[in-house]
Amino acid sequence: MLTIACPHCGPRAQAEFVYERTVDSVVPLDAEPAEAVAALFTRANPRGEDDEIWRHTHGCGGWLVMRRHRVTHAISAIRAIGPETLP
Amino acid sequence: MGRYSALSLLRGAFNGQSHWRPAWRHPDPKPAYDVVIIGGGGHGLATAYYLATRHGIRNVAVLEKGYIGGGNTGRNTTIVRSNYRQEPLSRMYETSLKLWQTLSDELNYNVMFSPRGALFLGHSDADMIRLAEKGDAMRNQGIDAELLSVDQLRKIEPLLDFSRDARFPIEGGMIQWRGGTARHDAVAWGFARGADAAGVNIIQRCEVTGIVREGNRAVAVETTRGRIAAGTIAICVAGHSGHVAAMAGLKLPVESQTLQAMVTEGVKPMVQTVVMSQSLHCYINQSDKGGIVFGGDPDNWPSYAQRGQPMTLEGAVAQGLALMPSLSRLRMLRCWAGVTDMSFDGAPIIGPTPVDGLWLNGGWCYGGFKATPGSGWLFADSLAHGRPHEIVEPFSLHRFERGAPVDENGVGPMPNHR
Repeated sequence: MLTIACPHCGPRAQAEFVYERTVDSVVPLDAEPAEAVAALFTRANPRGEDDEIWRHTHGCGGWLVMRRHRVTHAISAIRAIGPETLP
Repeated sequence: MGRYSALSLLRGAFNGQSHWRPAWRHPDPKPAYDVVIIGGGGHGLATAYYLATRHGIRNVAVLEKGYIGGGNTGRNTTIVRSNYRQEPLSRMYETSLKLWQTLSDELNYNVMFSPRGALFLGHSDADMIRLAEKGDAMRNQGIDAELLSVDQLRKIEPLLDFSRDARFPIEGGMIQWRGGTARHDAVAWGFARGADAAGVNIIQRCEVTGIVREGNRAVAVETTRGRIAAGTIAICVAGHSGHVAAMAGLKLPVESQTLQAMVTEGVKPMVQTVVMSQSLHCYINQSDKGGIVFGGDPDNWPSYAQRGQPMTLEGAVAQGLALMPSLSRLRMLRCWAGVTDMSFDGAPIIGPTPVDGLWLNGGWCYGGFKATPGSGWLFADSLAHGRPHEIVEPFSLHRFERGAPVDENGVGPMPNHR
């Protein structure tokens, strides 16, 4: 199980968190249809690092953006969610 | 290739069984092939086998980065069934089930297909209505289904907890008697032996590191054993479709997640069928060796690690013990995990890609094993004729942008909510 450092609560067990989706799947409000479809239905899905949105569901309820390696599971960065952390 | 038979065994008894030969060769890769299949799992090997034996396309290579059947083919819970509601899925999985029924004879290799019944339990009126609807849908498509009362169930699986205060009280069930299990390693080995005998080159420890394009056409693969040119390239690497397709510049409707399974020590026969549930996500069956095989939910977050987390295992075990309390005395021997391509509607992706000469067979979520022969049969037909087989047409890569997903569970584009 991962230890995830919630930006609001500090380090907590992964059991308190729920994975939501990847950052590249967030559809910008002014997206063209083709762009929206690509964002909704395709993923880079790298065998390496990617930015993911998780939620501290069973804790403070806050959203966060986590950069995590898909093989080693090493977390390299966690930020609270906000306009500056999303595309 | 010598045929396996009781007679050859008997003959072997007189010469110390010295007649055994390796079941397939270990050739060096040639510089070019008509078809290069990436991925030496069940699907890739089955595709190669049917290409060579049914379509006369024998100049085929199967490239495997590790050893054949070492990926998801050897990491599933070995369940075979075709109990789906939606017609595209029913047709495909039923094609596969029919091939399973004669596969051991076809391959002259015992895949230990055991049609012991695939049972879904219902725990409420709502469950029973859904099971009845599903059973009706199946029977209308010519697939066997039988709705079971609690009394009938007691005779089939007496060790289930039928008490009224059970955590998941049992109201009935629905069974597909033609469903069951097969030995997963034997499926890979049997197809490999058959494909090799028909002239296919199976090249193990050969990882594809790049896909070479000329304009919009994929013409070759770069591998750890050099460049191999190909008329057609077929990706059969479910679990890893995302990053392999990315080598050709494609972004797929797939997220890779971990799916775990586990097995207990061997015991005498106690679970007759494959026990599943309409409301839970727990699979229980007993292997021919006697071990109780458990499967559960995916880990629900992206990973290529082939290792799962204990929370998910605990959830599957808790559900299994609630259904069949006597399992609590068993000791777990092993647990393992595979990487699954979770597609965005829960259905596979089979067909051409926007890159000419590059075909994809992936996105199998956690339903790939039972499809192995059917997937190979249909994919080989598609590759041989250069167009998707009619049965796999609904599983095109472009169904999402057309708004035509094959969404059996009605969950929408959320692989982690499936």
